[in-house]
Amino acid sequence: MHTILRKQQLSPNVTRLDVLAPRIAQIRKPGQFVIVHLAENSERIPLTIADANPSAGSIALVIQAVGKSTRDLVALEPGESIRDVAGPLGHATELIDSGRALCIGGGVGTAVVHPIAQGLHERNVHVTSIIGGRSREWVIFESELKRLGDVVVCTDDGSYGRKGFVTDAAKEFLERGGIDIVYAVGPVPMMRAVANLTRPFGVRTIVSLNPVMIDGTGMCGGCRVSLGKETRFACVDGPEFDGHLVDFDELQDRLSTYREFEQQANACAAGTCRLEKQSA
Amino acid sequence: MNASPERITTKQRLQIQRQKMPEQNPTDRSANFEEVNLGFTEQLALLEADRCLQCKDPKCVSGCPVGVNIRTFIDLLSKGKIAEAAQSLLCDNALPAVTGRVCPQENQCEAECVRGNKGLPVGIGYLERYVADWARKHRDQLPKVEIKSTGKKVAVVGSGPAGLTAAGELAKMGHEVTIYEALHKPGGVLVYGIPEFRLPKAIVAQEVDRLRELGVKIECNVIIGRTYTLPELRERFDAIFIANGAGLPVFMNVPGENLKGVYSANEYLTRINLMAAYQFPNSDTPVLKGKRVAVVGGGNVAMDAVRTAKRLGAEAMIVYRRTADELPARAEEVHHAKDEGVTFHFLTAPVEVVGDDKRWVTGLKCIQMKLGEPDASGRARPEPVPGSEFILPCDTVVVAIGTRANPLLTATCPELKLNRHGNLVVDENGMTSLPGVFAGGDIVRGAATVILAMGDGKKAAKAIEAYFQSVLR
Repeated sequence: MHTILRKQQLSPNVTRLDVLAPRIAQIRKPGQFVIVHLAENSERIPLTIADANPSAGSIALVIQAVGKSTRDLVALEPGESIRDVAGPLGHATELIDSGRALCIGGGVGTAVVHPIAQGLHERNVHVTSIIGGRSREWVIFESELKRLGDVVVCTDDGSYGRKGFVTDAAKEFLERGGIDIVYAVGPVPMMRAVANLTRPFGVRTIVSLNPVMIDGTGMCGGCRVSLGKETRFACVDGPEFDGHLVDFDELQDRLSTYREFEQQANACAAGTCRLEKQSA
Repeated sequence: MNASPERITTKQRLQIQRQKMPEQNPTDRSANFEEVNLGFTEQLALLEADRCLQCKDPKCVSGCPVGVNIRTFIDLLSKGKIAEAAQSLLCDNALPAVTGRVCPQENQCEAECVRGNKGLPVGIGYLERYVADWARKHRDQLPKVEIKSTGKKVAVVGSGPAGLTAAGELAKMGHEVTIYEALHKPGGVLVYGIPEFRLPKAIVAQEVDRLRELGVKIECNVIIGRTYTLPELRERFDAIFIANGAGLPVFMNVPGENLKGVYSANEYLTRINLMAAYQFPNSDTPVLKGKRVAVVGGGNVAMDAVRTAKRLGAEAMIVYRRTADELPARAEEVHHAKDEGVTFHFLTAPVEVVGDDKRWVTGLKCIQMKLGEPDASGRARPEPVPGSEFILPCDTVVVAIGTRANPLLTATCPELKLNRHGNLVVDENGMTSLPGVFAGGDIVRGAATVILAMGDGKKAAKAIEAYFQSVLR
């Protein structure tokens, strides 16, 4: 059992849980994830390790409540626990040893960018984080990232930081030159936009993918993504890939596979499920 | 053997016909997940046991990968000494309630039974199941195993049939055994792969509990190669048995395979068996049930998948590139699938998965095959008939054409010798290129059967014992 040690609301639908998982806290590397299985009938869901505190034995999971499973997780209170946490899974981030990196985070993806920035900072790489959200209240991990380098905040409505998309700010940095690598994590359209932006500049761009996954160990193949003409499993070959090769259209499409089921699960949770009413 | 008159003569034994396994009728069972075979009654079991001729040199035993003393347990059963029969069976086979259900007996023990020379062999699998089920329900009537601790520590990687068997044997030898399982529930393929209607999960759970009673520790959610590396385990244990299976699904490598509605058999079965997706929304994991489900392949996994699809309400079909004669699945599974209304498209090979503009599967483009000359495996090689392409309409495709070795563990230990398929290379004792590190089951064999994995587990336990005697004396 993995006890929740701390809970923090980061934005209207994003919650940070610090969860007891001593072994994982001790050995996790930037970019790695865990599979979380809340209880007997829950889904297994992959979550990137946003931070870790080896001395407290805890890892930080940042969860956007979008469906039933994620809502169940963020409903947990300190002292309650998660039945299963398996990991750390996936490859560690490919970190450069010197130079300048742009770390671009959109929405909850900012939490995934954080450990990458941590890893770069430890290697004395100059980190500029460009993070965005719809408006001020949706911006997360700003203070944590500020400890690791420069931070540029963008909001769609201009309520905080610059008005506009993260790609607008990133473009200026790329035009000025001197960027050795770009890391981008966020919604699929954002990662696609960043990859399209960096391509003409010839700057290596790493994206972290979060496709549908069950076991996280290569067994199910549900997380397959197309990289050029090759198929890769995000769980064991990734989760980070060369953004210039990823087929984002396919990724986004595959993410919609269970949309109807999600709506049904939401309806059931809200008490408006037809099936439940019929059987009641 | 002695002067007392025989209870039954050989002539009488020969007159008894093979008893049929009672099963749920096909119409009912194709709509539920309950077990198909219902098990022998006492009367059926005793009749079937009396069919055994008690051969002086029983050939059946040589057909059993774990060497169950078949003649003895059947003899005890037929004499009404069921507790002793159970004790004998359990001594040879760590998971008899499992093997009595999933072994391909027709190719093993029953293939060697002399009664099969003229008529039908003794139903050894059915009798094994009967005795094992009795043992599950009457644990208090079985003597407790006396265990003397040796102080030696053994790690077992994976809790599938090979791992469970090795753990049981090693624990009985007095070693301190810890099993590491990557998933959240122990059992490996017995829980994620083989469906409830063929192997109830409660039975697997009971077998696992029996191991725990022997002192075996099971740690779930530990991925060797990620949570701990193999070198780390070697520092903490005196010996290691790797039985992490052949986990990676093989895909067809045809266009359209990433469309929505294409599953590997591993994913499809794991969603349903391990994650109970058939109970959605009471279980949180969904599965696309499909109206027409095409399962590609002809092995036991393909049969499990297609019979599962049928139970989820789909029109379910097998697409197989050879003919019925070459199907690698157990005869009983094929027979059950046909009874349940599964259709078979033989000599049919997929060349593309086709979809609509929303990227949902709408069909499987196939080509007709004909059988040519035998290939390396001795089976006739299927060859495409030019210009015979056609589209088989379906909305779900399940790819069940095999698995290969999962590299997660081996990648963290480059000293381990692998073959060109990524499977571990072992010597005749099941030891890998690293001293004290043994391996068995699918990670060595590639995709094989439960019983062969168990045979490896049993052999490795003996080899580990011998290793302790020789090296660590």
